[in-house]
Amino acid sequence: MFKSEKITKIILYASSALIVLVSAGIVLSLMNGSIPAFKEFGLKFIISNDWNPTEGKENYGALPFIAGTVITSFIAIIICLPLAFSTSLFIGEYYRGTRLAGIVGTMVDMLAGIPSIVYGLWGFYVLRPLIVDLGLSAQGYGIFTAGIILAIMIIPYATSISTEIIMMVSSELKEGAYSLGATRKDVIFSVIIPNARSGIFTSYILAFGRALGETMAVTMLIGNTNLIPRGFFDTGNTMASVIANQFGEADGLKLSALITIGLLLFVITGIINGIGKLIIKRM
Amino acid sequence: MDDMPAYSLRTRIAEGRDHRVVKDKLLSILVIVFSAITIFPIVLIIGKLISKGYKQINLDFFIKKAPDTYEAMTALNAGEIIPGGILNGITGTLLMVLMAALIAIPLGLLIGIFLYEHGSKKYAGLIRDISDILQGVPSIVLGLIAYFWVVKNITHGFSALAGSTALAIMMLPLIIRSTEETLKMIPDSIKEAGFALGVPYHKIILRVLIPTGFSGLLAGILLAISRIIGETAPLMLTALGSMEVNFNIQKPTSAVPLLIWEFYNDPNMVDLIWSSSLFLMALVLILNIVTKSIRSKK
Repeated sequence: MFKSEKITKIILYASSALIVLVSAGIVLSLMNGSIPAFKEFGLKFIISNDWNPTEGKENYGALPFIAGTVITSFIAIIICLPLAFSTSLFIGEYYRGTRLAGIVGTMVDMLAGIPSIVYGLWGFYVLRPLIVDLGLSAQGYGIFTAGIILAIMIIPYATSISTEIIMMVSSELKEGAYSLGATRKDVIFSVIIPNARSGIFTSYILAFGRALGETMAVTMLIGNTNLIPRGFFDTGNTMASVIANQFGEADGLKLSALITIGLLLFVITGIINGIGKLIIKRM
Repeated sequence: MDDMPAYSLRTRIAEGRDHRVVKDKLLSILVIVFSAITIFPIVLIIGKLISKGYKQINLDFFIKKAPDTYEAMTALNAGEIIPGGILNGITGTLLMVLMAALIAIPLGLLIGIFLYEHGSKKYAGLIRDISDILQGVPSIVLGLIAYFWVVKNITHGFSALAGSTALAIMMLPLIIRSTEETLKMIPDSIKEAGFALGVPYHKIILRVLIPTGFSGLLAGILLAISRIIGETAPLMLTALGSMEVNFNIQKPTSAVPLLIWEFYNDPNMVDLIWSSSLFLMALVLILNIVTKSIRSKK
């Protein structure tokens, strides 16, 4: 009987150690794969904006993709912010507990279930022509189109946590404000937002982290050019989309360069998610 | 003369109240309008999938493999619907998701139980943090990893196993989280009753914790599957795709999302994207609905 107890314990500890191993393995493999590119270019890899796979003149700089990733994700979060916040208020305050709130909540959850490639298709066949019709860009590809799709994709992540936090604001505080003659708007701005501030902020950070790593939909809409986007409707590439695009034909130094981009993406998303987690823990 | 100031004060108060009421109304209208905009895309997307996809859905769609470009072109020129279906994608998705689940479910359950058991210890906190970090890793990065680990070193070529590895790593943190949350809801007294009777710990896990939390655990697993079933990017780097129905885990294998990507890139087959997407979306929705109904039954 004692023995079986011990075995159970060992199995549980061993499986927990396995996830440590897997994660360490991920980091080590990425670092290992990025050695050739790092040896060749060093820090220039991050600050150079020249991505040239032509043999003999090979040079790999990831700045266009880092810029593309950050810019598209920012566009996404800016578009997402008012929409997700309103939806959180709709579900967690205005129509709290009603059937309507349930339906809206379910529909927002459904957004999280749509595969990235389906978003890409919809963006390509519905959103892109719309951008062309509006005369915003000739082909409809670019960081703005990708940003809109990203915004839709991250809405459920931004909404779910902030709704929960908004619902957690104590009703005594709210009732106190109402009894002083506050309107709902006053309650939202003077009671709910100050109290739920860090939680709401965290949900946007986590949503931003999501946007950074999205691949398929962005790949299908961003236009895939290896240049730093200069304008709102310029084409570009993100770190994830350049890996998806160029991995197939890559070997040698180029493969290593793509892996280094993977490592950078891993680190950046890790930091963003870490910040989000830290704020949640502090709450 | 005397009541003039009082009068104007009263008007001012009334006007002030009006302003506040107007602002309050404006905000609620804004919230409703923005919420409507938020849910609009899901309606549009599903509407588009159904209206463009239903025509291709027939029996062949489920029992025949994907056509080649030539077959599709011939049908297009003749004005017929494209022959064939997505059987190779369906079998590939089933194979890879099943394999990923076989890896991720036992491991995820064990780690989830571990966290539940040792919840407050420092080491458990570390495991929880690692699991959260893993959940945030972009799927394309996991594709790169599975490429190195499996494609390069184990199967020496693109393979279903490599695809499953990437998917399993994606599933793992989701299952860990849902397992811990589910077990936390089980009253301690049930477990303690078992201990009091002298039941060994592994039996408590198998006979008490898992059966009691079964519906919650199942819901977590189904939700995790629904999150990986539509993954495309990691499979592009690992399973690659195949025109044949393949059950050899060491060979390149197709999947429904991979087929969608191929159809999208082939002008002759582009008509098939909508039906395939509709099918994929239906799978995800069914999984979500089942999950929800399991959770609400509790």
